[in-house]
Amino acid sequence: MSNAPVDKGRRRFLTVATAVVGGAGVVGAAVPFIASWNPSAKARIAGAPVEMKIDKIEPGQLVRSEWRGSPVWVIRRTQAMIDSLPLVEDNLRDPDSEQPQQPEYAKNKHRSIDPEWFVAVGICTHLGCSPQFIQRDFGAMEGVDAGFFCPCHGSRFDIAGRVFQGVPAPTNLMIPPHYFVDDATILIGEEEGAA
Amino acid sequence: MMKRFLMALAFLIPAAAIAAGYSGPLDKANIDQSDKASLQSGAQIYMNYCLGCHSMEYQRYQRTFEDLDIPLDLGEEFLQFTGDGVGSHKVSAIDADASSEWFGLTPPDLTMVARVRGADWLYTYFRSFYVDESRPFGVNNEVFENVGMPHVLQELQGVPRKTWERRLVDGEMKEVYVGIKSDGTGSMSEDEFDQAMLDLTNFLVYTGEPMILERQRMGMFVIGFLLVLLILSILLKKEYWRDVK
Amino acid sequence: MSFMNWIDKRIPISNSMKLHVTEYPAPKNFNFWYLMGSLAIVVLVNQIVTGIWLTMNYTPSAEGAFASVEYIMRDVEFGWLLRYMHSTGASAFFVVVYLHMFRGMMYGSYQKPRELLWIFGMLIFLVLMAEAFMGYLLPWGQMSYWGAQVIISLFSAIPIIGDDLTTWIRGDYVISGATLNRFFALHVIALPLVIVILVFLHLIALHEVGSNNPDGVDIKKPKGTVKPEDQAQFKFHPRYADKYDIVDAIPFHPYYTVKDIVGLVGFLILCSLVIFYAPTMGGFFLEPPNFTAADPMKTPDHIAPVWYFTPFYAILRAVPDKLLGVIAMGGAIVMLALLPWLDRSKARSIRYRSTLHKVNLTQFVICFIILGYLGVMPATDLYTLIARICTALYFGFFIFLFLYSKNEKIKPLPERLTK
Repeated sequence: MSNAPVDKGRRRFLTVATAVVGGAGVVGAAVPFIASWNPSAKARIAGAPVEMKIDKIEPGQLVRSEWRGSPVWVIRRTQAMIDSLPLVEDNLRDPDSEQPQQPEYAKNKHRSIDPEWFVAVGICTHLGCSPQFIQRDFGAMEGVDAGFFCPCHGSRFDIAGRVFQGVPAPTNLMIPPHYFVDDATILIGEEEGAA
Repeated sequence: MMKRFLMALAFLIPAAAIAAGYSGPLDKANIDQSDKASLQSGAQIYMNYCLGCHSMEYQRYQRTFEDLDIPLDLGEEFLQFTGDGVGSHKVSAIDADASSEWFGLTPPDLTMVARVRGADWLYTYFRSFYVDESRPFGVNNEVFENVGMPHVLQELQGVPRKTWERRLVDGEMKEVYVGIKSDGTGSMSEDEFDQAMLDLTNFLVYTGEPMILERQRMGMFVIGFLLVLLILSILLKKEYWRDVK
Repeated sequence: MSFMNWIDKRIPISNSMKLHVTEYPAPKNFNFWYLMGSLAIVVLVNQIVTGIWLTMNYTPSAEGAFASVEYIMRDVEFGWLLRYMHSTGASAFFVVVYLHMFRGMMYGSYQKPRELLWIFGMLIFLVLMAEAFMGYLLPWGQMSYWGAQVIISLFSAIPIIGDDLTTWIRGDYVISGATLNRFFALHVIALPLVIVILVFLHLIALHEVGSNNPDGVDIKKPKGTVKPEDQAQFKFHPRYADKYDIVDAIPFHPYYTVKDIVGLVGFLILCSLVIFYAPTMGGFFLEPPNFTAADPMKTPDHIAPVWYFTPFYAILRAVPDKLLGVIAMGGAIVMLALLPWLDRSKARSIRYRSTLHKVNLTQFVICFIILGYLGVMPATDLYTLIARICTALYFGFFIFLFLYSKNEKIKPLPERLTK
């Protein structure tokens, strides 16, 4: 037992310094563990943009595709569907798409690049079920025939994927990044000129 | 029927001999994993001459192109002869059953061959084919006796033969074995061929462990950090242990 | 502090901390060899954590296992690091455990009253070997497959039931997906659980009897035999201080925590050198043939177990009879477990024991290392002869020890710890 006085300051400094550096080491060591939960190369490749042929789609028809494991809808809207869009606006939560649920080029009334072509991720923004495409007797309003209805908890969206008031879903359906490669092809999952 | 049976029998021998080890000297492969040009050249040789039979089913094209600084579209156009998308694994075009019949065994996957054999072995092996008419494909290999494949790089190397020269040894003229020499009909000179084989070896070392550079770079940071922590912890230990006499 | 009070009334955290950490008397003369215990715990934690993370992407099936390991190595972010940490950790575990065991042999830590402590340690070693063996099958490479084939076939040496037992263990007539799946289950949950429980018991037993030390003399003297000024000038838990006069001891925390941290960081640097610069360790930690997928039709030229099994494997091969070979291999481990009763010396530490004992222990270590080397080499006539001599000397160590230790001439034991 030495009787030399203990240098409290030095001891304290070294304890704190070692603890801080050691703590940083622990945080650093956690990085690979946390990062390994990110989508793997396999998942990222499976989530690569998908190309879709649209020249065979009839007006009023919905065609499903898969992008990052989720259903993506491509709908060729009829003139009646497009005309119905302004009618429902008073009953919507976010008629002008203020919420960031779409790329900039789809932030408009019809939520698409071309009013005729509607592209959306077919996943309800409430708890992730896939809504049904209703073409007749949508029942949300007079004069509106078509829309989307989620069977899980009854959320309703109009034909531009805008959510109605008074349903559980909080926001409009998500619009994925996409662009028209040519008249007959659409690429889902990538902005134009991104590659 | 009989012919097929004999063919199969002929190929049984290499299949059995594949296990035979080679214990002679190997040439040193001075590879450099950071030499992208070498890796690209190796990749090109692999895609053109090897992938026809030997898959690399654990490595994706995309990963290879990205790691080797090959633009994806160029890679797809000039290096990718099989597979659906650039994200797919490199699977050979050859049918496993058919190849099994031709070669006596399915040509092995080579993604990790460098980890199994080692770089020096590969580098020596590529340069050790020689003409041996007794073999089904007319060639044999110094380090891999009775190898079950043809010399697919002959158009690059030329026809390699075991060569003897008359030399003066201890005052006597003797036939001395001077190694395998090409007849010069290949599109590459001897030095060019050696360099190409070094590139191919380099590429195979890469595919065996594509994270090799990342691993070594990270190691420097981790060990550097630990050294700092070591100094601190030694000081801390000394400080506390002044109490103990 | 009222929060701690609330907790302590319900679970005795503060008291346990004092009892086992801050007021636990540890001999003040621990040297390098005494780092191994805490390092082993760190490696165990590393194996458990990286192991859990590996299972997240591993596919336990004969069809998918090999490819899923390469998936981890290539496609999963930092997957290669997790895998190398786990594979290097496995070897590091045995390095640390062998040094830990050698420490025990050197300083007589198995002697009375630490027999049970030693037995728990031997059980951990045994389960650890099973754990490592089963883990090595999981990558489903050539060495995984044929190594398991050979080792499981050892059971067929058992008379009468041997062949049926072997088939039962494999769940098939050869190593197959069924074997892989049961090994996976045992490797990832059953055996780790057993190891953790045994480690816990090992520590409980350690703290009950207290650590031995390089001098092998007790730091706890009968109450009332040591003058107060000669006792250790630290506060120890009443559990120890009320029963004994404690000399030459220091509280585990902070003194050995700060010392173990130095050892730990040094150890991590060594492990990092392997993980980042030599993950296969020249074929000793990850064997080259294991980078080829398992092929039940083709055995690699030369099968050797991973380095940590090779001393025992060499003993197995040295014996020219199948059954006797297996018995010799098992016996080599049983003899170690019997050490507390084979060694009848009055001195614990090698520092005070006879030259004969020092020679005996040295030859044992040399033989163990030679056997380890021979285990990775192909068996030739010369090697087999050397392996037989070393096997004889390995067992000889225990027999000689039993014979000379009773009346061994020891140096006078000190009253107190030396430097």
